[in-house]
Amino acid sequence: MRFYDALGLEPKLALDSDDLKKRFYDRSRQWHPDRFSRGTSEEKKRSEEMTSMLNDAFRTLRDPVTRAEYFLRESGLELSKDAPPELLEEVFELNMALEELRGGDESARGQLVSAQERFTGMLADADSGLGGLFTSYDGKPDAAVLEQIRATLNRRKYVSNLVRDVEKELNVHSAN
Amino acid sequence: MSTLQIDFGHAKPRIVGIDLGTTNSLVAVMDLTGPRILSGIVPSVVSVTKSGEVIAGAEAREMLITHPERTVYSVKRLMGRGVGDVQDELKLFPFHVVPASDAEGSESVLKLQLGDKIMTPPEVSAYILRKLKEDAEDVLGAEVTQAVITVPAYFNDAQRQATKDAGRIAGLEVLRLVNEPTAAALAYGLDKRKEGLVAVYDLGGGTFDISILRLHDGIFEVLATNGDTHLGGDDIDNLLLNIALEDIQSEWGEDVSGNASLVQMLRRAVIQAKEALSFAPAAMIDLEYGPRQYQREIDVELFNRLIEPIVERTLGPCRNCIKDAGITVEQINETVMVGGSTRIPLVRSAVERLFRKRPHTELNPDEVVALGAAVQAGILGGEVEDKLLLDVTPLSLGIETMGGLMSKLIHRNSTIPASETELFTTAVDGQTNVLIHVLQGERELVKDCRSLARFDLKDIDPMIAGMARIQVRFLIDANGILNVTAKDLRTGKEHSMDVKPSYGLTDDQVEAMILESYDKAEEDFKERQIREARVEADAILGAVDKAKEDDAYQALAQEDRTAIDRSINELRLAYHSDDHLLIRDQIEKLNQATMALAEAIMNEAVGKALKGTNIND
Repeated sequence: MRFYDALGLEPKLALDSDDLKKRFYDRSRQWHPDRFSRGTSEEKKRSEEMTSMLNDAFRTLRDPVTRAEYFLRESGLELSKDAPPELLEEVFELNMALEELRGGDESARGQLVSAQERFTGMLADADSGLGGLFTSYDGKPDAAVLEQIRATLNRRKYVSNLVRDVEKELNVHSAN
Repeated sequence: MSTLQIDFGHAKPRIVGIDLGTTNSLVAVMDLTGPRILSGIVPSVVSVTKSGEVIAGAEAREMLITHPERTVYSVKRLMGRGVGDVQDELKLFPFHVVPASDAEGSESVLKLQLGDKIMTPPEVSAYILRKLKEDAEDVLGAEVTQAVITVPAYFNDAQRQATKDAGRIAGLEVLRLVNEPTAAALAYGLDKRKEGLVAVYDLGGGTFDISILRLHDGIFEVLATNGDTHLGGDDIDNLLLNIALEDIQSEWGEDVSGNASLVQMLRRAVIQAKEALSFAPAAMIDLEYGPRQYQREIDVELFNRLIEPIVERTLGPCRNCIKDAGITVEQINETVMVGGSTRIPLVRSAVERLFRKRPHTELNPDEVVALGAAVQAGILGGEVEDKLLLDVTPLSLGIETMGGLMSKLIHRNSTIPASETELFTTAVDGQTNVLIHVLQGERELVKDCRSLARFDLKDIDPMIAGMARIQVRFLIDANGILNVTAKDLRTGKEHSMDVKPSYGLTDDQVEAMILESYDKAEEDFKERQIREARVEADAILGAVDKAKEDDAYQALAQEDRTAIDRSINELRLAYHSDDHLLIRDQIEKLNQATMALAEAIMNEAVGKALKGTNIND
């Protein structure tokens, strides 16, 4: 996987963020176009290409979620856009509450605030769950674990969209 | 030669660092002991004399009073902008703009009429750069051909390109464009602190920038930047100027705003008063014009009340920048002040309140950017080896997609150089070119972003739709400037294209874009839903129109055909409403009404296909 290559790393899901930063800084020092301003045009071009790859790689790998998404994509797994089935009922109720609040029914606010807390909790659970799954997959690459990671990421993405929507709605209406 | 010569290792040509400011410009160079300003401040003013000679600097500034109509100041505000961008701005300037011909339209490059000469903003800036180059050459005693030039961090691609062009016109190879706040951080030598977070607040003559950096062992890593390329000391001058003009109208019983020479004298008087107010509780705006005199005392209280909205406008970008950097205000270790306008006590106290610590003001805020540019010149020249700048792109880069939407490829605050590739293909059989519209901005709709350029991938071999495979690479280089290359994946060869840069949208929109992107997310979302519903409606209306030509349509019962026509009409009515749900409802109804027709056509097609199979067998 080229982003891992750019940072001189084995493709692993769990990465040490201090080590990652150090690798990024060390390589920036070596490859950055500033180091080749008196170089040949060939050298300049190579430096620009390597640095842009390095920057793209660091940006993607430093965040555990974008890193896992990249890892899955490179492993041929795409994230789904559908709602996780276990959340359907909850989302249905949430949409009703959002609709009520938009319609001016303030009594829906309490329900939304508690839903927001619950979803934020789910995000934290997903994040801590990911850490365990990363280590497990790195120790013993098992397609089933990768599938679990994918499910967690799907759920996480969906929930984080919900949190954003609820937050937005709560803010819009408290501003009025 | 018998005298001892000390070799400072300067056998290779010196690279200078230039702060090309809105009001003043400066040139500096890196010495063994550190960065050093060469010669004095050069006012960023250019004038054309009666004999057609072009002068720049202090001499030209005098011409502002005597020949305002052939003298340009604050040209930085016009860099990289089109005629349509700057209509409001131009009302304040005494010089004239050459009207764009109809053929050129509002996307054309701005041209200024100065006496007999017509000049674009990069050409005007080039005269300032040439003056700086000459000053530097006089002091150094050697030719200067290479430079680092600073730009506001929030400058877009066109503004950066225009600055680079100005350098080229002035005979300087611009080795790097450096963002002003980043340069200032370099000059402060804050890297003595091994690790830490630094905020740089830069309020200059015409632009405002805020950048947050992480320092790590000589590396200056910009985490986020924000700003307003249309906000600075000029705006304060204009507020005071308007008060004085109103006063004079009531005192003298005469509107003098059309008297360019008087207005420039008055501008100078209000600037003096403004500067005095940073150190005194009150100051006098003092104008003598022939036998007439105008005097007005302004105290700090009134001054603060006047400029409060301007100071307030800088705080929003600061908060957004902190958020984008993914940090809290408490984590910031140091705050640095840059730009002449940060001498104003109200600005200092507002920054201190927001960042909760006393900002650094040790270095002269007018010189710190040029000094930083010289340090960067030293980095490029190889004299400074222990420092490295990692800067970011201030605005997201994207391309136009279906329905007037902007699809982001490189997000704002990505470390540069940054790149992204996108695969393009043809949509219809035999198509020989593909048009790519590249944009910069944060909003979701193309109309709210700034158009950078249109790329035409041409001479594609005619083939079946979707067969062409052209990979386009968008690269934002270390200067923050876009480079685009295309490769034909079938042949592996570089694919040729035509580039048409555009300056279509106003800069107000660019600023507004970022600010608004934080609070207009709601509105965007709604507009986007309407767009998407309309795209869908177009698709189904087109499909039904085509289906009506099919024999199967004629075979339908009269009442079915009437029902289809009714649904089409209803969808067309809903199409122009602002209600995406209504559009979607009508799409659904048309879908229902054409169900039988679709089935009939499908059966017919399957029948034909089966027949075909039989013949081939």
